[in-house]
Amino acid sequence: MGFFTNKGFQPKRASNPKLPPGQYETTDFPVLTAGPTPRINLANWEFRLEGLVEEPVKWSWEEFNKLPMQDFNPDIHCVTKWSKFDTHWRGVSVDTLLEHVKLRPEAQFVTQFCYGGYTTNLPLADLLGGKAFVGLVYDGQPLAPEHGGPARLVVPHLYFWKSAKWVQGLRFTAQDEPGFWERAGYSMYGDPWKEQRYSDDDEATGSPGSQL
Amino acid sequence: MSRVAWQRATVKAIAPETPRVKSFTLSLPNWTPHLAGQHYDLRLTAEGGYQAERSYSVASPPEQTGEIELTVELIADGEVSGYLFEGVAVGDELEVRGPIGGYFVWRGAAGAPPLLLVGGGSGVVPLMAMLRHRQRLGVRTPAVLLFSVRTPEEVIYQAELEAMAQADPTFTLLLTYTRQAPPSWAGYQRRVDAPLLAEVVARFGNTPPQAFVCGPTGLVESVANGLQAAGLPPEMILTERFGPTGS
Repeated sequence: MGFFTNKGFQPKRASNPKLPPGQYETTDFPVLTAGPTPRINLANWEFRLEGLVEEPVKWSWEEFNKLPMQDFNPDIHCVTKWSKFDTHWRGVSVDTLLEHVKLRPEAQFVTQFCYGGYTTNLPLADLLGGKAFVGLVYDGQPLAPEHGGPARLVVPHLYFWKSAKWVQGLRFTAQDEPGFWERAGYSMYGDPWKEQRYSDDDEATGSPGSQL
Repeated sequence: MSRVAWQRATVKAIAPETPRVKSFTLSLPNWTPHLAGQHYDLRLTAEGGYQAERSYSVASPPEQTGEIELTVELIADGEVSGYLFEGVAVGDELEVRGPIGGYFVWRGAAGAPPLLLVGGGSGVVPLMAMLRHRQRLGVRTPAVLLFSVRTPEEVIYQAELEAMAQADPTFTLLLTYTRQAPPSWAGYQRRVDAPLLAEVVARFGNTPPQAFVCGPTGLVESVANGLQAAGLPPEMILTERFGPTGS
């Protein structure tokens, strides 16, 4: 398709190099979920690392809160087009969690699984090197249930559906196994800077996801 | 060609629904049938290449071939909705891609459970696609639309919904006005709360309905919780939310 413009359309917002293509900035924190918000009893809460690990590990809420925590201030980008800059989180880096397990060499991908049944997939490398954390505190308060509390995985360099709410654990896999939205036609990888919203965008741009 | 490639649609008709809501009928060169509840992305491009994208639910049923109707609410200071309201006329071209979304959809399959649709404001749009699809299919399993609006002038699709309810005894339209009701209104006049939802769920008797809930986050949160309190299992409740939290 040739170059097309909408006559008389003027940007109302200044362009911002922190904004990926097709996104706009919001100062709210919108909510997007496919079903009801699960209510999770902290007495029963647990977080697990399983799949291709030598020995699975799990933490209770009390144990998890004793892990070393850090502050994170990422920009986040939702596939529904909003981006939010400089969010304030406190949580446990995935690097810290992985000090507690020995991964098998064939572990290359991860499925995040959740209370309520949601899943999402991504390459293992995208969780390492300070790129991802389990967030427990948002803006100085315990993370609210509608935003994924008590605990949400946060992978800010990918579209935010790759940051599972109500996360219950990580399952390490050899293959990239599509999760909830990925089975419904969304991108396997979800790089906002390549605008990989849908599976067709993976084919168009090339990505770890398109190798499936 | 990619299933969701951008295509250049032509504006066929523009119809005001309420003072802040308009429906745009777009003719598509590469139309494919959508599922009721799916959306399209719409992209505006300025001279110089700046682009803005938004998603809009399809209001038309898949039986309306070759075109889609997008119902758009004017958002305060809205970059895309503002242009669509002020800058677009019949005959203009707009870039869209879709249909998108495979979860918040109603297929109208034989033997499907009855339908409970709960909408707030422009959250009624994907629910309208479901009702129009249901009407075209001739489905007779019961359906209820519980539609929350602030004032009488905000009832999107009012005439069509009332005509549908008149013509189809298996469809029930329940409006609730949260700020101001019409004169001599005898129906609901409050926010959709747990007792109200319990009454509506009780209409379905022993056959639990499939619920679709769409609207602002606050409404969707409270309705999804209220439906569970009224006995609907979580897997029977599908939600689509928009707008800020905490309001």
